[in-house]
Amino acid sequence: MFQQILAAVIAVVVALAVCFAYFWGTNWVLDKLLTPRPGMSDDALTRRDTLRSQIRPWLFIGPALLFLTVYLIYPVFETLRLSFFDKYGTKFVGVSNYVWALTDETFWRSALNNAGWLLIVPAFSTAMGLIIATLADRLWWGNIAKSLIFAPMAISFVGASIIWKFIYTYKGPGIEQIGVLNAVVTGLGFPPQAWITVPYLNSLLLMIILIWIQTGFAMVILSAALRGIPEETLEAARIDGANEFRMFFDIMIPQIWGTIIVVWTTITITVLKVFDIVYAMTNGEFQTQVLANLMYRWMFISGDFGRGSTIAVIIMLAVLPVMVWNIRRVRSELGTA
Amino acid sequence: MSSIATDLPVAGQQAAPARQPRIKLGRIAAHLALLFLVALWTFPTVGLLVSSIRDRDQLAISGWWTALTPSIRLNAARVGPASAQTQEGGNYVVKGNLFGADARGLSIEGFGATNADVRAHAAGSTIDNFNGGSLTVQSSGEYTLSSPAPLSYSGQPRVYFGVGSPPRFTLENYRDVLAAEGIGQSFINSLTVAIPSTVIPIMIAAFAAYALAWMRFPGRGFVVALVVGLLVVPLQMSLIPLLTLYNQIAHLFGGEAKGYVGVWLAHTAFGLPLAIYLLRNYMAGLPREIMESARIDGASHFKTFTTMVLPLSFPALASFAIFQFLWIWNDLLVALVFLGAQNDRVVLTGRLVNLLGTRGDHWELLTAGAFVSIIVPLTVFFALQRYFVRGLLAGSVK
Repeated sequence: MFQQILAAVIAVVVALAVCFAYFWGTNWVLDKLLTPRPGMSDDALTRRDTLRSQIRPWLFIGPALLFLTVYLIYPVFETLRLSFFDKYGTKFVGVSNYVWALTDETFWRSALNNAGWLLIVPAFSTAMGLIIATLADRLWWGNIAKSLIFAPMAISFVGASIIWKFIYTYKGPGIEQIGVLNAVVTGLGFPPQAWITVPYLNSLLLMIILIWIQTGFAMVILSAALRGIPEETLEAARIDGANEFRMFFDIMIPQIWGTIIVVWTTITITVLKVFDIVYAMTNGEFQTQVLANLMYRWMFISGDFGRGSTIAVIIMLAVLPVMVWNIRRVRSELGTA
Repeated sequence: MSSIATDLPVAGQQAAPARQPRIKLGRIAAHLALLFLVALWTFPTVGLLVSSIRDRDQLAISGWWTALTPSIRLNAARVGPASAQTQEGGNYVVKGNLFGADARGLSIEGFGATNADVRAHAAGSTIDNFNGGSLTVQSSGEYTLSSPAPLSYSGQPRVYFGVGSPPRFTLENYRDVLAAEGIGQSFINSLTVAIPSTVIPIMIAAFAAYALAWMRFPGRGFVVALVVGLLVVPLQMSLIPLLTLYNQIAHLFGGEAKGYVGVWLAHTAFGLPLAIYLLRNYMAGLPREIMESARIDGASHFKTFTTMVLPLSFPALASFAIFQFLWIWNDLLVALVFLGAQNDRVVLTGRLVNLLGTRGDHWELLTAGAFVSIIVPLTVFFALQRYFVRGLLAGSVK
């Protein structure tokens, strides 16, 4: 057992040594090859200098670019290519995988479910995060409260799924319920339900898990933004006699609007990729399927690379607008820097 | 961190004094609302922890919120046969204990003569006509069936009762789940995956981030845009081509396509966009004078980076390391695809999903297993929260 850990540690040491050897070595070679030598003309000297400063950055970013190319850039194009091929990736089939997707009932079910997740999870997480941030920032124990609400962020989706599956668990009528939800429901005089198997409602129950996790994220970011609001604007509003609610909606919200959008889109991306929760809770049964899990099924259970790739491409298309928007945002920041 | 500026009472003092009570009320409401939300958010995890240390049988029949009260199970036992009666002070009696010989800690929480009224009579009370006699049951389980006339029932009549067992907490669940269910092995596997995958990308990303922050070269803007774009590319896009690639390499050189090296490299690559982005932002914010004075002293980029920028960037490195570690520890998809689900190498998240499938009703195992898996990230999180939050802020705002 501990040999395994030892192997991992050795791997770390070796990898670091290789990395360092590469960076140090290539630098050394570059300097060695292109050092100014006495007796060179000024022209040759500047040429060598620019050449060095042109090459060095690429030595620095080389390994990173290599990794990104092999593991992220090449696969994007390869997946795109495979989506036009058959099950084994050998025969070109045109758009028939896409035609299949658009006519397949399970695909539509998953897409609709995903749409539901997209509408509900970011909205609730952001709203709850904003409420909690506002409340916590004015109470003396607010930081402790924030830590506790933030903590689920650290838990795996699988761990969270077990926590919540226990809450939704069901025992037959007449037996004492050990799941909190059913205990409350029977306590109010209603019959217990096997919640996970009730279509549409069950999707909502799975979403609650992600909301539980993501609210802490929204809260932390929004709390920082709230604290960044200039004191003068708040003071001015107070002197004008604005009450707390007016202050919140008319002054604080507009000031942090940009941050709210960022939080919203970040959670949206997370939602689009959600796989673990559905995989662990229902594995897509009882009409809870989502695209990421459907993709996994076609790829690894059915072994159909064509259809699996097609679903991946469709997820990618959904992410694309956010990606473009992100790149634009960073570009404009770089431009002003 | 309530600054004076956002404190309500200050606002109250500036308003008319008559409004003071209403503002106090609002403040109490704020306390209660937040308290309610905190309770709502922590309740699920507390339930998991409490359940994981409860006795298996008690967990199966009573809610975890009743963990401190005796849990009551329904049961039935037979009284002794009529042939066992003895004479005691003019009465004919049959005596014994409903729990049999082994009554440790158990108590009778009500009893009855039929299935329908299992707990109709309190312990210590008497059922007047029970097969021709009167039956008294003490909470210790001791029963006395007595009658002035000789008892003449046939067989051994049943008594129905509720058994209260005292709350019992134990670490047995953890022992079971760690050893017998393989969570212990998976814990090691998760560590094996996480350690190299956390450390390796740091160095690769740091060099790239320095170049993107402090070197001017054509194509820099493009590389930064590329990194930002790759931040959001869904992993799903990478899985099939990479798996095919791994298979081809394994085919070419022999050996297995699925293994730790493959996972380390995959996690390293998937963590790079965030690492480069975080570190570049941080390094770009370091004071220009430091770089310039280093250049004037004749230090090369390599030397400036290793001796000055790298140590100064420690907070950003720590932020990324925490992020990456949590992400890998909690990951299911990458490990499932590139490492597989075989017993000897499946990671914690994968093992828990398997447990959900095979031991779906054994909540004592599931809760203990889940707690083993979340204790590491929670510890990291609470110990290093400052860096974690800093990373979050740097990563998503600007």
